[in-house]
Amino acid sequence: MVLTEVVTVLAVSGEPPGLLPARQQMAFSLGWHIILACFGVAFPAIIFVVHRRGIVHDDPVALTLAKRWAKVSAVLFAIGAVSGTVLSFEMGLLWPGLMGPFGDVLGLPFAFEGLSFFVEAIFLGIYLYGWNRMPPRRHLAMLVPMAVAGIVGTFCVVSVNAWMNHPAGFTIRNGEVTDVNPWAAMFNEGAVLQFLHMWIAAFMVVGLTVSGVYAAGLLRGRVDAHHRLGFRVPFTFATVAAVVQPFVGHLLGMRIHDTQPAKLAAFELAETTESPAPLRLGGVLIDGEVRWALAIPRLGSIIARNSWDAPVPGLDTVPRDEWPPVNITHLAFQSMVLIGTTLAAFTIVYWLARWRGWDLMSNRTFLRAAVVSGPLAIVAVECGWIATEVGRQPWTVWQVLLTEDAATMSDGVWWSFGGILVVYVGMTVGAYVVLRSMARRWRSGQEELPSPYGPPRSVRQQPGSTESARP
Amino acid sequence: MTLAAVVAAAMFAGVIVYALFAGADFGSGFYDLTAGGAQRGAAVRVLIDHSIGPVWEANHVWLIYILVMWWTGFPTSFAAVMTTLFIPLILALTGIVLRGASFAFRKYAATMAQARLFGAVFAGSSLITPFFMGAVAGAIASGRVPAEGYGDRIGSWVNPTSMVGGCLAVATSVFLAGVFLCADAARSGNVSLADVLRRRTLAVGIVAGATVFAGLYPIYHDAPVLAKGLLGRASPLLVVAAVAGSAAVMLVHRRRFSLARVFAALAVGTVVTGWGVAQYPWLLVEEVTISDAAGAPATLAGLLVVVALAVVLVLPALSYLLWLTQTEEWTRDVNG
Repeated sequence: MVLTEVVTVLAVSGEPPGLLPARQQMAFSLGWHIILACFGVAFPAIIFVVHRRGIVHDDPVALTLAKRWAKVSAVLFAIGAVSGTVLSFEMGLLWPGLMGPFGDVLGLPFAFEGLSFFVEAIFLGIYLYGWNRMPPRRHLAMLVPMAVAGIVGTFCVVSVNAWMNHPAGFTIRNGEVTDVNPWAAMFNEGAVLQFLHMWIAAFMVVGLTVSGVYAAGLLRGRVDAHHRLGFRVPFTFATVAAVVQPFVGHLLGMRIHDTQPAKLAAFELAETTESPAPLRLGGVLIDGEVRWALAIPRLGSIIARNSWDAPVPGLDTVPRDEWPPVNITHLAFQSMVLIGTTLAAFTIVYWLARWRGWDLMSNRTFLRAAVVSGPLAIVAVECGWIATEVGRQPWTVWQVLLTEDAATMSDGVWWSFGGILVVYVGMTVGAYVVLRSMARRWRSGQEELPSPYGPPRSVRQQPGSTESARP
Repeated sequence: MTLAAVVAAAMFAGVIVYALFAGADFGSGFYDLTAGGAQRGAAVRVLIDHSIGPVWEANHVWLIYILVMWWTGFPTSFAAVMTTLFIPLILALTGIVLRGASFAFRKYAATMAQARLFGAVFAGSSLITPFFMGAVAGAIASGRVPAEGYGDRIGSWVNPTSMVGGCLAVATSVFLAGVFLCADAARSGNVSLADVLRRRTLAVGIVAGATVFAGLYPIYHDAPVLAKGLLGRASPLLVVAAVAGSAAVMLVHRRRFSLARVFAALAVGTVVTGWGVAQYPWLLVEEVTISDAAGAPATLAGLLVVVALAVVLVLPALSYLLWLTQTEEWTRDVNG
């Protein structure tokens, strides 16, 4: 009963009752899954490098890293797979107003994503259980389809989001969706750049998170070849990604001026159209006035338009009822940019120092920063998704479908959101406990991590006896 | 055959494979749950880890395949089912999440206490999912999902046909899992373990067979369209199911586990196919036909590309994985 009252208070009159909880549930489950998705996309390539080094250069340190990372990915990919399934269900459970009319417009990339998920799951199974059961090089090769599937899968999923920003492949005639061309929808004008942005972000997240784990070990005095390699390989991936990312982000930002001016105005906290436009660092919009922002002249035009004095459209060009929540969009966007730029600079510092002969792997301040960089990259990804999704509101499909028309009319969504919250908190705790215990046992010298309920090794069946029971 | 019918058939092929393979993975939760204490149950649980560990994620993706084919090919009917059957779908989904996560957690749990907790969640949630999936199938097959969606949110799945569907999904999943696990235990040379599982599988097989055919009675009264199809057009399939199911039970009894798998899969596969054949041409029984529910023709053609790619890329890879798990190198107990 209390719940019903809360819903009544929270829901603005006229909104479908499912709108607010559907938004919250989608944001929460997507924000949770995207971290695991990053691992699914980027981890196979990083494991490939250490595994290959272990085999080709006969390097036991690298091989140990590959084996351990494979076990970690067994845990991460499992919860990634199930939390991705949650999103599939939620497309229909929470957004029937999107999937009903537009399912055949936007669905095709999801179908291709399904195929790449298939490929990834199949080769993951082979890779995880293939240790000591396959010729080493063929076993190593199993990572390649996983990495390729990660690329295809990222493109497909992000292409649907890009379609929501750049609707294509259909016309609406008398309220009916017609002239459907799913290929035009899939390869909409925003797809490639948005895909690159997310794919690179995945390598930043995984590279910095994994190297941060080994930086923490180095900080605790575990200075050995294992930790140094465990830091260096993922950090190298992260560096390339972090350096390329600002350029991709800039290209994307310039596109927004043409495609979604309201989102750009919110990003830039632009109340009125200005030329040249300043860059407003921080700040919030209160009662139509920008407060506490640090304005840097001309920089807004340079960043958003690649020009000294091109105008940046303000919110005054957007009807008031089509404004996105400006402050959330602005602050999330700038946090992403700030963190991304800092991370790019941070990774460059390491390689510059190395070039000048300083090994920052023995510098405690650097290592502390390296530990923090992984979580920061995750925050940047979350901020990026908040910025692009909240910035597109009130639209689910830009200027085609309002979010309140996409959301379910069902009033039980608070219950499912509550359930999802409980299950996900449990899953987070479970993953944390298990991963920590794996690391602890590895440090204490156990390598294989047999399950605690398994019978003692000596009691288990020997290979020689396998033939006897064959029919 | 129209384009829509071809896409629907490709989607339904996914339903059959999901029922067989993912069903068997879910069904193994029953044997895990009834394996006994830490000591006594260890062998069964290690076998289950070994047996479904490499394949469960791939088998799970068939569900994703079904979902994407459905919402892309037949979008309005997808929205109708999702809005009407919100509750059983959320519960099935919860089972999927808990099963996958706790299965992975248990394998790497540090202590027996943790393994017990994760194991209980894994085994319990394994049985929740097939039940609610079956209930959803029953709701569709008994004509309780209105074309415009937002049907009765309780009555749509709390009804005789849905309950039959749920029980049937659980029983067939558990039976399949039993036969597969018996074969895996025997192949790894663990005769005593195979014997323990054999007794349970025989009992489950008889219950599953009884559920299928006893279920026809409530269906006859509750879902006339489905019943007419089952007893008419689909009746040869039910005969095949009865024969194959009996053969599977006989073969398990005679410890011919490897061959029994074929007949068990045939039996369950024909039951599921029977449902599809019986409700054809309805997608949502008595509400929407397959051709009326179909999305844009260009999209359906695109989905055929997806199906072709699945045949060319996914099936060989999947066969390779399944073949590997049957080889001696993979049957041998190597930690990894």
